[in-house]
Amino acid sequence: MLKQIEGSRAVAEAVALCRPEVICAYPITPQTHIVEDLGVRVKSGRLQPCEFINVESEFAALSVAIGSAAAGARSYTATASQGLLYMAEAVYNASGLGLPIVMTVGNRAIGAPINIWNDQTDSMSMRDAGWIQLYAESNQEAVDLHIQAFRIAEAISLPVMVCMDGFILTHAYERVDVPNQEQTDKFLPAFEPRQVLDPAAPKSIGAMVGPEAFTEVRYLAHHKQMQALSFIPEIAEEFKAVFGREAGGLVATYAIDDAETVVVTLGSVIGTMQEVIDDMRSEGLRIGAVSIRAFRPFPLAALQPTLENAKRVVVFEKCLAVGLGGILASNVRMALRGRAMPVYSVIGGLGGRPITQSSLRRLFTKASNDDLEGLHFLDLNKDVVNRALEREESIRRSGSIAENILRDIGLVAAAKTT
Amino acid sequence: MKTPFAITLDVGSSLLNKTGSWRNERPVYLDRLPPCNHACPAGENIQQWLYYAEEGDYNRAWQEIMRNNPLPAIMGRACYHPCESSCNRAQLDSAINIHAVERFLGDQAIREGWRIEITQAATGKKALVVGAGPSGLAAAYHLALAGHQVTIHEAGPLAGGMMRFGIPKYRLPRDIVEAEIQRILDLGVDMQLNTRVNDIPAVMNEGGYDACFVAIGAHLAKRVNIPTPDAGRILDAVSVLRGMETDAEPPRLGRRVVVYGGGNTAVDVARTAKRLGADEAVIVYRRTREQMPAHDFEIDEALEEGVVVNWLRTITAADEESFTIEKMELDDDGWPQPTGEFETIKADTLVLALGQNVDTSILENLPGVTIDRSGVVEVGPDMMTGYRGVFAGGDMVPAERTITVAVGHGKKAARHIDAYLRGKTYTAPPKHELAGFDLLNSWYYSDAEQTVQPMLDEIRRQTTFEEVLGGLDETNALFEARRCLSCGNCFECDNCYGVCPDNAITKLGPGKRFEFKYDYCKGCGLCVAECPCGAIKMIAEEI
Amino acid sequence: MAHQQIKFYQTGTFTVGNRLLDQQLRTVQATADRSNSLDSGHRACQGCGEALGARFAIDAAMRATDNQLIATNATGCLEVFTTPSPESAWRIPWIHSLFGNAASVATGVAAAMRVKGRSEVRVIAQGGDGGTTDIGFGCLSGMFERNDDVLYICYDNQAYMNTGVQRSSATPGAARTATTQPIGDQPGADFGQGKNVPLIAMAHDIPYVATASVHDLHDLEAKIIKAMALHGSRYVQIFVPCPLGWGAHPQDTIKIARMAVECGLYPLFEAEHGEITNATKIRSRVDVTEYLKIQRRFAHVFKNPDQLAKIQAIADANIQRFELLSTVGNGQ
Repeated sequence: MLKQIEGSRAVAEAVALCRPEVICAYPITPQTHIVEDLGVRVKSGRLQPCEFINVESEFAALSVAIGSAAAGARSYTATASQGLLYMAEAVYNASGLGLPIVMTVGNRAIGAPINIWNDQTDSMSMRDAGWIQLYAESNQEAVDLHIQAFRIAEAISLPVMVCMDGFILTHAYERVDVPNQEQTDKFLPAFEPRQVLDPAAPKSIGAMVGPEAFTEVRYLAHHKQMQALSFIPEIAEEFKAVFGREAGGLVATYAIDDAETVVVTLGSVIGTMQEVIDDMRSEGLRIGAVSIRAFRPFPLAALQPTLENAKRVVVFEKCLAVGLGGILASNVRMALRGRAMPVYSVIGGLGGRPITQSSLRRLFTKASNDDLEGLHFLDLNKDVVNRALEREESIRRSGSIAENILRDIGLVAAAKTT
Repeated sequence: MKTPFAITLDVGSSLLNKTGSWRNERPVYLDRLPPCNHACPAGENIQQWLYYAEEGDYNRAWQEIMRNNPLPAIMGRACYHPCESSCNRAQLDSAINIHAVERFLGDQAIREGWRIEITQAATGKKALVVGAGPSGLAAAYHLALAGHQVTIHEAGPLAGGMMRFGIPKYRLPRDIVEAEIQRILDLGVDMQLNTRVNDIPAVMNEGGYDACFVAIGAHLAKRVNIPTPDAGRILDAVSVLRGMETDAEPPRLGRRVVVYGGGNTAVDVARTAKRLGADEAVIVYRRTREQMPAHDFEIDEALEEGVVVNWLRTITAADEESFTIEKMELDDDGWPQPTGEFETIKADTLVLALGQNVDTSILENLPGVTIDRSGVVEVGPDMMTGYRGVFAGGDMVPAERTITVAVGHGKKAARHIDAYLRGKTYTAPPKHELAGFDLLNSWYYSDAEQTVQPMLDEIRRQTTFEEVLGGLDETNALFEARRCLSCGNCFECDNCYGVCPDNAITKLGPGKRFEFKYDYCKGCGLCVAECPCGAIKMIAEEI
Repeated sequence: MAHQQIKFYQTGTFTVGNRLLDQQLRTVQATADRSNSLDSGHRACQGCGEALGARFAIDAAMRATDNQLIATNATGCLEVFTTPSPESAWRIPWIHSLFGNAASVATGVAAAMRVKGRSEVRVIAQGGDGGTTDIGFGCLSGMFERNDDVLYICYDNQAYMNTGVQRSSATPGAARTATTQPIGDQPGADFGQGKNVPLIAMAHDIPYVATASVHDLHDLEAKIIKAMALHGSRYVQIFVPCPLGWGAHPQDTIKIARMAVECGLYPLFEAEHGEITNATKIRSRVDVTEYLKIQRRFAHVFKNPDQLAKIQAIADANIQRFELLSTVGNGQ
């Protein structure tokens, strides 16, 4: 059913359609609307049977989900940013134990400096935690990915993180085709756990594994994700068959057939990019884009053919491996092993910085001319940076870089006077 | 179910890990010798019969006593219970009232008419027992159980020996004595009363006896020379007590009676005199109360009944109606020395209770028999005299003179006589190591004071010969039995089974105790430390 | 003839079993068919109090729930010595997730059971004192305040043993640990620090809080069984001496626990909805020295009368506060 609806509410509705049995809620912007909505559904009796638990931290949220999933209940939670880091230990644990939990990450920057706005540093920090990571391009896809996520998680017994850009998606009202219960039930069978805590068939879950078997355990975890590389597209196909709509899969392409310049990115920014690409193509620039929908497992094989004909690749991402550069870029470079072509790593949209069409147009133009440094920060205010660097050289003032910059641009003074 | 490799495990799979290999020491179950058993002159397995009594299985408890002692009802009254003096529980609160439980069991057996069956096949051998005191009766009993044909020759008109002639009936009612003797006779033991044996080889030869046990006791009263114009006023304790049993009239002791001596017999005579109507019964003893050989409780009871004791006194002379008494004082070595201070005491009768000697004439002429300087018969470790086939025991051999020792002698002699009759040698099984108090973990025993036996009130004690000490009823006896700490012997409290952090003990079920699983026992020793009764010990592993 | 009246007691009340006791009066541990939830072959040290306490508690809970039990376990000795792959010593459905989240995982299990309508299945979370009073405390407190239907059992051995005996917030004053060495003016752990989690648990107004000790099995089992008869959050803290960490002989594990309780340092009590309802009376009181002298972690205390006095004062205060001495005789 088509609805004009906030992204978070749409996701909540999608999660509810999946008949979760245990939902753990801890508030953190920007995912709060999702669990608020689910809370209403449970409390009102519309979502039954389901246990909605208000926990005391994200660490507890995922821990409760670990317990409920291990006991055979379909389990869901949502978090973002600091919350994801606070539960980091449990994130690794959930995947290590092979528990099919689905968690939404409303992507948000990580402090310090504290920042509530969107980028993808949070989920990227957990990229190697053993979870399957899916990235939503739009609220429609966010809805669809959640439904697929439960299916994938339970089928291969691994947790799935559905990442959707904070505010840009979570708080955006868009038209979304929300599936109905019948369709969802058809697509998503009841949870049949691979292992379960049950007095009728007791097992010991979570053993300590020593050097003699730890490598094998890790290999098998990797192998499982490699299996997911074929399973994720199959699920997407099945989804299409049931819902009549394309969503998910490993990668999605846009206008790449004759593209000399291919932009690779993650998440919602692809929407803006498509508009820029349309414009630039109408002006004769052969440019296209690839959207990574499953970042873990990383779809090396699926990505390679999409870049086959490209003369250059621009990897655009909303996160930064400080001291290295682009995280996605590093991954993409693995897909381009042996290919001699420029790969530009572009970092943009950090901490909610708007990514404007004009900025992208400038970026793509420079890239097409191979007039781009290897690591480029979109819309970086070089004046501010330079002043800060100069000051660093002269004063070596301690304290946070952020505070000093805010002082430079007058925000601290302004805050003090108000 | 397809479960993740290495992380998810099957339950109980740790049984593959044999942690027993960690061990340097291993625990082993053992039975230690409880101090009560150790102290019992009759060799009773007290802990074991209390164990059965604890369960309320009084018959089995009684049967267990009867393996060593055929006279529980008597012994429960007349034994001075060294078992209780050594009882570990005394270090917690007070000793188990063992004699009272034994008496209860003995009385119960008499009430219920319990019997012992002879299970040994008849041997065709004949044994002669001379003397029907506790030792002779015990020997006769054990020999009869062993399948031998036993005849007792008793010089006196009544069986029982000192049980009848030495212990007043207010301490040991005669119906009890008779019932327990009768039960022995019921085994087929032939009792010949008024039959004095003078020539043992002749009697043996005549009767075709293969062995003889002599236990004629010590009946000759010791005397001191006290100058007196009227010797008739000086009696001896043995005759007084014997007179109580055999004469038609009780002895005439008069209104004021002085008893000279400090042993139990002296106390018995004084108490008897009280009961016969004496206004005054005075014990004169040359040393102090602490040094009196009589048992404390007997002295207490006598004092309660109005008996007076003059300590540190000797009797030096007598005239028509009084006795001259000299005060004594203890020297540095604790010996009484005369002070030269004298006093007089008016009395109608003086009873000498200064001990008894053995009439050894019966054995004196047997070749090889040795009478030692103190006038008792020497026997070997097998209780045999120097004359082959003739054994002796009880008061006539060197030992403490109590009926319990006598019963023990009877048993011991019977074991050796039985072996002798079968052409074998009897070797007593080795004794277990002693279960001392330090081996117990007493925290586990709940607090419980000793059950006090009811006592006859004092007025009646001064006027009648009714039994002073009452018996325990079943509830009390059961309670008392259950106070037993079971020193050194497993009583299946499940502590070891419970406290093993490694589940390395198997519970085998009621009566079967426990077993270690050495595959898993790490040798921590908790079972030993927490065994309440010290029935486990650690031994080094052979590595 | 008058019989002297005496109190009637029966030997064996404090032992694990005793053939003379009614079956109902014997402990779960006395039964041949106890579940042995924590079975042989585990790798705990010799005389491990925690291994013992865990079997005591879980077997009792198994009895109380007719074997319908699931347990979650914090990281720590108990977890490591029971489940080193490929062997598990547990016989119950059991999960170990992390050091600090046993309470939350249990909340999740309980939620799953509730949502599935399996009300007969009960949930226990367990961990050592570090996993409970320190790193797991947030999750524990959350579980308490939500009144989740979980019994949390803390096996208290007063330090981080698994990592090599470091101080926790359950380490008592003066105790030597690897991070509170017996050096300086105030050797060992500082006085006046640490948390009393049973009292904090009570402040959450949960249905049941109790302390227990491995030396008094009857008391311990009664508390576990009572806890399992209730719903909502329950907390039982069991005193489990650690021979290795405390510098004690393995055979003294139970004795140490007994002395701790009998000297007043470890009061055993029960509380319901925030109110103390019962304190187990000391049977025969001993000086704290009886407790301290059999542990090397307190060896330095005997050279430091000030510390000894402080410890005795703590015991005395406990005795007064929890009314640990019986007014009429001693006993049961």
